[in-house]
Amino acid sequence: MTALEPLGKARFRADERVTMSHGGGARAMADLIRKVFAHHFANPLLDQHHDVARLDRPEGRIVVSTDGHVISPLFFPGGDIGSLAVHGTLNDVAMGGARPVALTAGFIIEEGFPLADLDRIAASMGEAARKAGVPIATGDTKVVERGKGDGVFITTTGIGVVPDGVEISPERIAPGQAILLSGPIGDHGVAILSARQGLEFGTSIVSDSAALHRMAADMIAAAPDIALLRDPTRGGLSATLNELVEGTRHGMLIDERAIPVRPEVASACELLGLDPLHIANEGKLVCICDAVDADRVLAAMHAHPEGAGAALIGHVTAEQPGFVRMTTRIGGMRVVDWLSGEQLPRIC
Amino acid sequence: MKYVDEFRDRALAEKLSAAIHAEADPARDYNFMEFCGGHTHAIFRYGVQDLVPANVHFIHGPGCPVCILPIRRLDDAIELAEMPGAILCSYGDMLRVPGSKRRSLMSAKADGADVRMVYSTLDALAIARANPDRQVVFLGIGFETTTPPSALAIRQAADEGLENFSVFCNHVLTPAAIRHILDAPEIDPEQAVRLDGFLGPSHVSTVIGSKPYEFLAEKYAKPVVIAGFEPLDVMQSVLMLIRQVNDGRVAVENQYTRVVTREGNAKAQELVDDVFELRPTFEWRGLGWMADSALAIRDKYARFDAEKRFPISEKTAREVKSCECPAILRGVKKPKDCKLFGKVCTPENPMGSCMVSSEGACAAYWTYRRAETLAEMALEAAE
Ligand code: SF4
Repeated sequence: MTALEPLGKARFRADERVTMSHGGGARAMADLIRKVFAHHFANPLLDQHHDVARLDRPEGRIVVSTDGHVISPLFFPGGDIGSLAVHGTLNDVAMGGARPVALTAGFIIEEGFPLADLDRIAASMGEAARKAGVPIATGDTKVVERGKGDGVFITTTGIGVVPDGVEISPERIAPGQAILLSGPIGDHGVAILSARQGLEFGTSIVSDSAALHRMAADMIAAAPDIALLRDPTRGGLSATLNELVEGTRHGMLIDERAIPVRPEVASACELLGLDPLHIANEGKLVCICDAVDADRVLAAMHAHPEGAGAALIGHVTAEQPGFVRMTTRIGGMRVVDWLSGEQLPRIC
Repeated sequence: MKYVDEFRDRALAEKLSAAIHAEADPARDYNFMEFCGGHTHAIFRYGVQDLVPANVHFIHGPGCPVCILPIRRLDDAIELAEMPGAILCSYGDMLRVPGSKRRSLMSAKADGADVRMVYSTLDALAIARANPDRQVVFLGIGFETTTPPSALAIRQAADEGLENFSVFCNHVLTPAAIRHILDAPEIDPEQAVRLDGFLGPSHVSTVIGSKPYEFLAEKYAKPVVIAGFEPLDVMQSVLMLIRQVNDGRVAVENQYTRVVTREGNAKAQELVDDVFELRPTFEWRGLGWMADSALAIRDKYARFDAEKRFPISEKTAREVKSCECPAILRGVKKPKDCKLFGKVCTPENPMGSCMVSSEGACAAYWTYRRAETLAEMALEAAE
C-alpha cells in the first residue's frame, strides 16, 4: 500500500472530509476524481477522459462479472476494501477460465468520510490493479447523506476473455474427479473478525486477499480440460462444495486431515465456536479436474505463492448424490453442510 | 493447537475404538446420555458414532442453553429490546432463535431495535458506560459456565454505580435437569429408554466440581463420567462408562482430570452465590416447569435485575404441536421419529427447540448425518 503523499504537495487537507458537493457533479466532484481516483488508478484507458472506456476487440469469448463490496471494518490485517474489490472481481473472472482485461469501479461514499481514508483505499486499489496488470478503465462516484451508507461501498465489474477450448463449468463435474484446494482456509474471515470492534483479539493472521488469475492461467495451461474453478469466498469451502453438488447426480467425499488450516485460524475458530469450513476466503480457489491431471495441476499451483499450500482434499463420488461428506480427523464420517444463516459464535 | 490436536489424533482414536469394541459386551446395549449440547456437537462433528460398536448408543440430553430457553422468555427478551432507548446485548447464538410468530432478536433488530451481539459480559458493561442515557440489558443465558461472568458483571456494575445496566437472568442448573429426566413421571416406562450412564459436561464441572453429580450414583445408581469436549475425551469417557457397567460399579469418575476437581472452583461458586439465588420454578423449553432448576438475581441486586426493573407483559407462547422435542430432550425419541424433521423443520426454519441451535439433537442430525437419517426415515416409512 502506498503511503499518503507528503502534505507539502498535498492533494487535499489532512482533515478534509467527503461532502455532498463531492457527489454533486460540480467542480468539487471533478476535483475529487482527479485528485484521488485518477491519481491512483492512472492508466491509458482511464486517461481517455471519456464516460466510456473503449477496449480493443479481443479474440475469444467475453466474460463479465460484477460484485458489490461492503465490509466492516474497511481496513483489516492484510488488506482493505480497495484491494479486496479488485481481487474479488478479478478472481471471479479468472474462475470462469478467463484472462481479465479491464475493471470498472463504482463508489458510494458516505458524507463525512475522511478524504485521507478514501485516498488510502484508492491507493490500495490502484496498486492491486497495477500488480495484477489489469487497468481500472472507468468508474463512478456517488455521495450519500451521512447515516445512509457505511463509509464506503465499492462495486467492481471485471471483463475477461476465455480462450477457445477452455470449458469451465459445473456441468462438467463427474464422479472420480479430484478436488484440489489452493491453500489454508479461513484466513480472511478470521482476520476480519480479529479486527472487528468488540472482538479485537491478538492474532498474526492476515487476510489471504490476492489475485489468482495468473495461477489460474497456469493451471489451465497445465490441464486445459479442468472441469471447474471456484473461489470459496462467503460461506467458505462448505458453501462452495455444497453449491456444486446440490441438485446434481453426484456427491463429494473430502478428508478433514487433507484440508489445510493454519493453527492460528483453528485456535481462533475453536475459541469462537466457528467452523473453518464456513469461513470466508479471498485468495483461495477450488479446482475440480480429472484424477489423472491432479498432480500436474497441483504442480502448477505450487509454483505460485498463492498456491504454495495447495492440496488434494477429496473426490467427486457417485454415491450419496447431493451431499458433501467428510472423513473426520479421527476417522468418523459426517455431512459437511451449508451454514444456516449467519455463522454466530456460540456461548459455551 | 498442539494441545488440542492431541485429542483429535487418528491413531489414538483407532486405539480407543479398538478398546471399546473389545470391551463392549455384544450381548447387551449401552445407552449413555450426554447431557450437554457441546458433547452432542463433538460427537457429530467428528463422527464418533462411527468409531463405537452399534450397541453403544448416544442419547442426547437437554444441555443446550439456547434450546431450552422457553419461547415466552425469548418473547420477553424481544420486548425488552424494543423498549424505547434500550440496548439489548446478547451472545451471538441467541439472536436467530425464533420466538412467537417466528420473530427473533435478529428480526427485532431489523425492525429497528438496538440489539447488539457481545462476546462477554464485559462488552455489555462497556456499552453501558458508553451510553449513559440508554438502558443496557444483558440477556443472561446458559448453564453453570456462563453464570459466573453474569454475576461478575452485576457486581462490577454495583461497584461502579452503573445505573443503566441490568441482566435479564435465565441461568439454569445442570443437576436439576438430570434429576428431572430421571424422575419424569410422564414417561411411559415401556417407552422410556434405559439410561446406563451419563457423560457429564466437564466445563460445568470446572465450576461446580464433580460432587453435584454424586446423587446420580447414590440415589439413581447411574454411572457418571465427567468428560472433556474433544472427540477423544468423549471416546475415553465412553470406555470408562462401559467398564463401570461391565463391572457392575456405580461411581462418579472424572475423565477430565486436567481441569476438573471434586469441589470445583470455590471462588466462582461464592461469586454466583452472592449474586444469585434459586428460583422456585422455571420453565425449560421442551421439558416444562422444573423446581429449583434456575437462578434469579438476589434482592440486594434488584436494581440490576431487568425483570424487576422493567415492566414485562404477560404473554402466552405456543410451541408447534407435532414437535417431538420433549421426548427427544429426555432421550426417549430420536429426531428421525419426528414427522416434521427435514420436511418443515430445518435449521433455516426451525419448528422446535432441538433444531434452533447448532448443538440441539435435531440440528446435529440434520447438519452432520442427514444422508443416513433421511435414508432411515424413508425405510421406516416404506415398512
Ligand atoms: S425435527 Fe423439529 S419439530 Fe421435530 S422434534 Fe426436532 S425440532 Fe422439534
